[in-house]
Amino acid sequence: MKLADVTTEEYLHHGGMACPGCGAYLGLRLALKALGKNTILFNVTGCIATTLIMGVTKIPYIHTLFENGPAIASGTDFGLRILGKREGVNLLVYAGDGGTADIGLQSLSGAIERGHDFIYICYDNESYMNTGGQRSGTTPLGAITTTTPVGKKISGETRPLELKKDMLEIVAAHGTPYVASASIAYPMDFMDKVKRAAETKGPAYIHLFATCPTGWGADPSKTIEIARLAVQTGLVNLFEIINGERRITVKVRSRKPVTEYLKHQRRFKHVLENPDLINALQEYVDKKCARLGID
Amino acid sequence: MSKYLEYVKQTKHTVVYPPGWSLVNKTGTWRSLRPVIHQDKCTKCGLCWIYCPDGAVEKKEDRYEINYEYCKGCGICKVECKRGAIELVREEA
Amino acid sequence: MEVWSGNRAAAESAKRARVQVVSAYPITPQSSVMEYMAQFISDGELDAEMIRVESEHSALSAACGASLSGARTFTATSSQGLMLMAEVLFFASGLRLPIVMALPNRSLESPVNIWSDHQDSLVVRDSGWIQLYANSVQEVHDMIVQAFKLAENERILLPTMVCYEGFLISHVAEVLEPLPQEKVDAFLPEPDPKWAVFDLDNPFQINELLTPEAFPEYRYKQHTAMKRSIDVYKEIGAEFQEKFSRSYEPVMGYKVDDAEVLIVGLGSIMSTTKYVVNELREKGEKIGLVDIKMFRPFPEKEFREITRDARVLAVMDKDIGFGTSGMVYPDITRTWYNRDGPLTMNFIVGLGGREVVPETIKRIYEIAQKADRKVIEKEGEIYWPDTLTEVIM
Ligand SMILES: Cc1ncc(C[n+]2csc(CCOP(=O)(O)OP(=O)(O)O)c2C)c(N)n1
Ligand code: SF4
Ligand code: SF4
Ligand code: SF4
Repeated sequence: MKLADVTTEEYLHHGGMACPGCGAYLGLRLALKALGKNTILFNVTGCIATTLIMGVTKIPYIHTLFENGPAIASGTDFGLRILGKREGVNLLVYAGDGGTADIGLQSLSGAIERGHDFIYICYDNESYMNTGGQRSGTTPLGAITTTTPVGKKISGETRPLELKKDMLEIVAAHGTPYVASASIAYPMDFMDKVKRAAETKGPAYIHLFATCPTGWGADPSKTIEIARLAVQTGLVNLFEIINGERRITVKVRSRKPVTEYLKHQRRFKHVLENPDLINALQEYVDKKCARLGID
Repeated sequence: MSKYLEYVKQTKHTVVYPPGWSLVNKTGTWRSLRPVIHQDKCTKCGLCWIYCPDGAVEKKEDRYEINYEYCKGCGICKVECKRGAIELVREEA
Repeated sequence: MEVWSGNRAAAESAKRARVQVVSAYPITPQSSVMEYMAQFISDGELDAEMIRVESEHSALSAACGASLSGARTFTATSSQGLMLMAEVLFFASGLRLPIVMALPNRSLESPVNIWSDHQDSLVVRDSGWIQLYANSVQEVHDMIVQAFKLAENERILLPTMVCYEGFLISHVAEVLEPLPQEKVDAFLPEPDPKWAVFDLDNPFQINELLTPEAFPEYRYKQHTAMKRSIDVYKEIGAEFQEKFSRSYEPVMGYKVDDAEVLIVGLGSIMSTTKYVVNELREKGEKIGLVDIKMFRPFPEKEFREITRDARVLAVMDKDIGFGTSGMVYPDITRTWYNRDGPLTMNFIVGLGGREVVPETIKRIYEIAQKADRKVIEKEGEIYWPDTLTEVIM
């Protein structure tokens, strides 16, 4: 898909209450552009669901509970099917990392395993932003959140980076027919993936890296730049897994050091003062990129 | 009774707001920096349009324009414009 | 005539209602409801989709999703499963989705106990669901069909649960008269959804954040719909009576006319109570009973009508509100508070499936019969007649 092919139609009315420069909000805007009007949106509670108030969407929409987006979509999938109205309708679940990797993991796993036909996009801002920026299962090593604060003894998230929940691997292990990682900095790549997800019969999962300037302590004008640096440093890798086959969709020619990414975010302030931690991070990223064949 | 309550009164069950009611939220008032497109420098590449989270850059027949009623002034468009065609100017208080 | 268990009767009823989506998760004593539904679908007797979810939380969530697509939706659970659903119960009722649930009652752990009491359904009495209580297999069968008609009524649009006791009804085979399909079809036509349904041509947002500016009014609407459902239930009951020659009032009295003591309760204990009433009546005792079929909304007007002339209301609760009374009791006292009415007493019985035998009910009658204000002042109003309270003090 080329930029010129992107529809000028917008599926969100103005007046949504997301912070200026919200990556997750941009993610939804782009996803809807890729999917078009025949889409029902199951928006799992979190930042986006609480900012899409007062009739923002131009498509059927429900703000779901925190852990039941995929279960509700399952019901609609089968309900529409028995009523003979399933054809040509996209069911999109849009959820944060907390709603996906933590509290909603079970219902997502169940809906995938049952083979429901739906698209699941997790916008990953690496924390529970709606409740004030607490740590989640995808918060990276070192990151300061409101529940992993800087202290005299302990500072930031301490869980090893390898243990950060890898939703892509978890979902792929289900045998999900379409799995992809995406970034708001690569809108064409992302929208292509959304379209392929829509064409997939059965469940499709996209993990969208989405900068949260508010939670990450970043300048909102740098939302895209930070997301791009995450890819260029190799922290975030863009690929898709179709029926088990992985294909890198964005190669990185000369990877930048991770500090290039970290330095724009206050949540990594103390990491930047800790060479050991930086080395560990860099080592982890190098290994991962070698394994995936990113370079 | 507010217009909004009036609507809740009429609404039969779960539907509370009419679609597009959100237009009353003039998010442009949040802005402290105003992006200004210098049309002479603009190559109509559309990057500002695709990256604006709020859809506040509008594609017109021959140009891109910013909808100041809703532009939140995040500055993404300025950073992403490779031509330096967008300038951020401080809003008058 | 057929001989069916309560769970079979529930499933047969949902089949006759031609439900379009079934979503449930196994739990004793509910599981066979779900298994019967699966069999009907597998045999092609029912054209429906079944969602074999991974939890009760998802069972009700999927039911919501199905209902939002416009389908007639059925679910079933019990006990721990109902607790896991708690969050979604409020969600479904706030969304005004006419989902019907079969709920064989079972106690709540800890300690683990799989037998019947009303702890589970009564804990969620204020979750915005209409609650009907059936006390025979026939009633389960009849009520579930009526529940769909009530829930989907344009003036109501509320989820409805039909409660009946685990094992005592769910698993005990009784003779009943099955509802003929053609007659059910005439009574309950295919749904023409008046509730909120996803509509691509006329899209709107469902369950948006609602500020204090309008939230109380929204709640009040839910409350008034609930209140209305008493009359609508009666109308539906009248139509059911016409078509099937059976009817269930929201509260049903038995031998109330000159009764001094009325035993009040819900569920299958009322069958035993009826037996005791007959026996004691023969000995000339002025006893009657009031069987509550609809507990939410609470039909207070109807209840007052029936109990007006009694001296004492002996309210049985097969559940306990820890540190206060049983959970049925407060509704009874409230209906008479500020008014000149009967004395009220509360009897906690049958917890965790302890059998409520005729002797227990006779003891209740004896205590109630002797009671007056002075006795209540001295002895209190809450009794545990079938619990060895003195042993464990
Ligand atoms: C059962 C339940 N527990 C907790 C909450 C409170 N809660 C609402 S949103 C949220 C965090 C959402 O985090 P995430 O999914 O990462 O989305 P984000 O807010 O970052 O967009 C929490 C904890 C809730 N709504 N429901
Ligand atoms: S807190 Fe972050 S994710 Fe939430 S609306 Fe603001 S920028 Fe977006
Ligand atoms: S990004 Fe710059 S050059 Fe491109 S359309 Fe926008 S203003 Fe014009
Ligand atoms: S400043 Fe932000 S909101 Fe305003 S037009 Fe630019 S990108 Fe859009």
